Amino acid sequence: MAKVLMKGNEAIAEAAIRAGCRYFFGYPITPQTEVPEYMSRVMPKIGGCFLQAESEVAAINMVYGAAGAGARVMTSSSSPGVSLKQEGISYIAGAELPCVIVNVMRGGPGLGGIQASQGDYFQATKGGGHGDYHLVVYAPASVQEVVDLMGVAFDTADRYRNPVMVVADGIIGQMMEPVELPEPREYRIDPAKKPWAATGWTPESGRERAVINSLYIEIEELDELNMRLQARYDEIRKNETRWESYQLEGAEFVACAYGTVARICKAAIDELREEGIRVGLLRPITLWPFPEKAVREAAMADGVRGVLTVELNAGQMLEDVRLAVNGAKPVSFLGHPGSKMPTVEEIKSAIRRMKEEQA
Amino acid sequence: MLEKVLFAGFGGQGMLLAGEFLAEAGMEEGKHVSWLPSYGPEMRGGTANCSVCVSDRPIASPVITSADCIVAMNRPSLEKFESIVVPGGLIIVNSSLIDIPSTRTDCDVVYIPASEIAERIENPKGANVVILGALLGKKPMVRQETMAEAIRHILGERKARFLPGNLRALAAGMEFVS
Repeated sequence: MAKVLMKGNEAIAEAAIRAGCRYFFGYPITPQTEVPEYMSRVMPKIGGCFLQAESEVAAINMVYGAAGAGARVMTSSSSPGVSLKQEGISYIAGAELPCVIVNVMRGGPGLGGIQASQGDYFQATKGGGHGDYHLVVYAPASVQEVVDLMGVAFDTADRYRNPVMVVADGIIGQMMEPVELPEPREYRIDPAKKPWAATGWTPESGRERAVINSLYIEIEELDELNMRLQARYDEIRKNETRWESYQLEGAEFVACAYGTVARICKAAIDELREEGIRVGLLRPITLWPFPEKAVREAAMADGVRGVLTVELNAGQMLEDVRLAVNGAKPVSFLGHPGSKMPTVEEIKSAIRRMKEEQA
Repeated sequence: MLEKVLFAGFGGQGMLLAGEFLAEAGMEEGKHVSWLPSYGPEMRGGTANCSVCVSDRPIASPVITSADCIVAMNRPSLEKFESIVVPGGLIIVNSSLIDIPSTRTDCDVVYIPASEIAERIENPKGANVVILGALLGKKPMVRQETMAEAIRHILGERKARFLPGNLRALAAGMEFVS
C-alpha cells in the first residue's frame, strides 16, 4: 500500500479503526483533539459509535461499559484529562476488561501547558489509579510506529484482559509523517472468544455468566483476584516487553530515552560519532513492562562507561533505569520538566561532560 | 541530504499548507519527510510556523533548532527566526510585507515581493505558493512536477478549482529567482 502523509493524531484514530475499534468515547483537549475529531467524522460512516461525553470521567465509564459488552473500545485524552480518567481505569483493571487509552501528553502539573511533555511517565507506569494494577504502556517515537502499535495495543488488551495505554507526546500527535496503513481488520464481538463479554448469554450457551465487577468484599476473593492479576503481569513482562537498540555495539555511553526525545538522542548520537565519541541508544517501546534486562545488559556491556537518561520531564524513567543498572555504572540525567524539549546540543554536551568527568 | 526548512508567517497566510505541500512532494519522491506545526494559541493574525525536514535518510529529529532555510512571510517571523539559520543557509523574505533587511550577512538572502506577485497573477491568496516556488527555485529539493502533483493531491477534488491559480503561483515564484 502506498504511503500517505498523516498527522499523528489522525493516524492514531485511523489505525484504531483498522484494528476493528468501533466504539470511541472521549472529550476534546489539546493536543489530541484531532483524534475525536477524526472519529466523529468516520465512525458514523462505518457503523461505529463516536460519542463526545460530558466529561472525561463519563467517557472512561462508557469505555468500561462497552468493554464489558465485549467491544473493541478506546478513549483518548491529554494529561489533565487522563488524570480524570484514573478512577475508571482502576475499575477496568480490577474488572479484568480490555480497552485502549491514548494519552497525548502535555506539560503539567495542573492544567500545565499544551506543548509536548513526558510528565505522565509515573502515572502511566506506576498505576495512576488506586490498587495493585498495571497497564501495558506503549511509547511510539514516530507516526508509523503509533500506527503499528495501535493494532498491537488492542490485541494485547484482549489477550490479557487488561487495559493498555499508548502514550505519545504532543509532537507525535501533531506531526505529519508518511505512514503505511495496515489492511482493515474485521472484528466481531464473539462471546465464545470473549468469555468476559456480558452479552449473548443464554442458559444453553454453555458458559458461565459474565459478571462485570471489581468489588470483592471477602479477603480471600480479593486476594485471589490480585494473585491472578500478578500472574498475568508476569506473563506480560515475559512476552510483551519491547525496545529498540541503536548503535549500541562498541558504545562508551548508553543513552536511554523514549518517544520524540529518543529521536533527538539519535541525531545527537550521529553527530557525536563524527567527533569520535561512541554512544548508543536504548529506546524502551514498552514503558511498562520496562525493558529492565535490556537496559541492564546494555549498561553492563564491556567498554560502557555510563548511562544518560534523557526525558521531557524532571526525571521519571530515570528511576527505572537506576533500578535496572543497580549502581553498576554511573547514571546521569538530562531533561526539563514542562515542555522545553532537550536539544541535540544539550545531549552532546551532557555526554561530553560525562566523558570528561571520567577522564 | 537533509534539508531543514522553517515556514513562518501570520496565521492565515498559508505557511502550514506550504510546508505540507513540500512534505507531500518529498514523500512522493520517496524521501523521508516530517512536518511539525507550532501549535500555541495561534489564530488568524497570530504567528504560525511549521518545521519541515526532507531527507534521504530516516529523520532522527523532527524538531528544528537550526534551519538550513527559513521562509518568512511577515516581519515578526524574520526577526524571530533569522538567527536559527546555519551560516551559508538560505533566507527567503516576503518583501511585500517586510520592510527591513535581514541582519544576517553570512546567508543567502532572497527578497521576493510574494504578495504583489500573487496579486499580479490574480491569485491574491497564493503568496504562500509563490514563496514556495522561490524556495524550490533556489533549493531544488523536489522536482517542479512533483510539487505540482503534491498540490493537486492535497487540494483534492473538492478544491480542484484552486489548482490552476496555485500552479501559476508556483511557476511565478520559481521564475522570480531564476
